[in-house]
Amino acid sequence: MSKGFNWYHFSSPQTFYPLAGKMIPWFWALAALFGIAGLIVGFLIAPTDAQQGEGYRIIFLHVPASWMSMFIYLVMAFWAALGLAFNFRLSAMMAQALAPTGALFAFLSLWTGALWGKPMWGAWWVWDARLTSELILLFLYVGFIALQASIDDPRRADKAGAILALVGVVNVPIIYFSVKWWNTLHQGSTVNIAKSSMAKVMLVGMLLCALACWMYAIAVALMRVRKIVLERERHTEWVKAELAQEK
Amino acid sequence: MYWNSLSDFLAMGTHGLYVWGSFIVMALVMILEPVLLVRGRKQLIDRLRRQLRAEKLDPAASREESH
Repeated sequence: MSKGFNWYHFSSPQTFYPLAGKMIPWFWALAALFGIAGLIVGFLIAPTDAQQGEGYRIIFLHVPASWMSMFIYLVMAFWAALGLAFNFRLSAMMAQALAPTGALFAFLSLWTGALWGKPMWGAWWVWDARLTSELILLFLYVGFIALQASIDDPRRADKAGAILALVGVVNVPIIYFSVKWWNTLHQGSTVNIAKSSMAKVMLVGMLLCALACWMYAIAVALMRVRKIVLERERHTEWVKAELAQEK
Repeated sequence: MYWNSLSDFLAMGTHGLYVWGSFIVMALVMILEPVLLVRGRKQLIDRLRRQLRAEKLDPAASREESH
C-alpha cells in the first residue's frame, strides 16, 4: 500500500466512502460554474439560428442530456462488467448508483426532444430510429433498476443487473449512429471534429452545458453510491463507527 | 448580450413555451434529484442507527437479520 497507486485499496468501500464525501462539493462547484457559464453563453450571448429561430436554444439542454444518457449507460455497463468479472463490491455499487441518473437524463432527452420536435417538425413524437432507440434506452435503465430491486440477495441482484446492462450496451451505438444508418427526421450530428456545422459561440455554449451535466452526474452518483455503501456495509465495524460520528 | 428586452427573452421568438418548458423541467429534475438524495441519506442514517441500537439490546435479532 505504500508504493504506487493501489487499486485494491481504493476499490474498498471503506476507503472510497470518505474520499467520495470529500469530492462531492468540488463536483458541485464545477457543475454550477460550467452550468452558469453555459447558460449565459447559450441563452444570453449566442445569436439566433437562421433556420430554427430561437427554438434552437433547446439544443443547449437537449444535446447534453442525450449525451449523458448514452455515456452514463456505457459507464454503468463498464462497472457492472467489472463487478461481474472480478467481484469487486464497489463496482456493482457504482453501476447501481448510476442507473437512476442515467434514466433521468434519458427522460430529459426525450422530453426536451419532444418540445423541440413540436415547433420544428410539427410532432411531439415520431417512431423514428433515433427517438425509438432512445426510448429503449430509458426502458433499459428502468428495467435495470426494477430487476435489481426485485432480487433480495444483493450479490445475485448485481449479477442479474450486470447481464442486463451488458446486453443493453448494443443499443448505445444504435442510438448514436441511427441518424447515419437510417433515413430519419432527426437532424444529423451537429458536432463534428473536422467541420462543425455550428457557429463557434453555440458550440462553446453546448460544450459548457455538457460539462456541467457531466460534473452534476458525477456529484449525484457519488452521493448515491455513498448511500448504497452505508446500506450494504451496515454490518461492518467501520460503518457502525461512521454512524456514531455522523450528525 | 443578444436580447433587447426581458419580454423578448421570455418570448424566445414564438418558441417560448417549448424553450422554457424544456428548461424548467430539466432544472426541476436536476434540483429535485440531489434534494431527494440528501433527504434519503438522512433517513437511511436514522434507520441504520435505530437498527444498530436494536441489535445492541437484542444480539439474537441481529444474527437473524444478517443471515
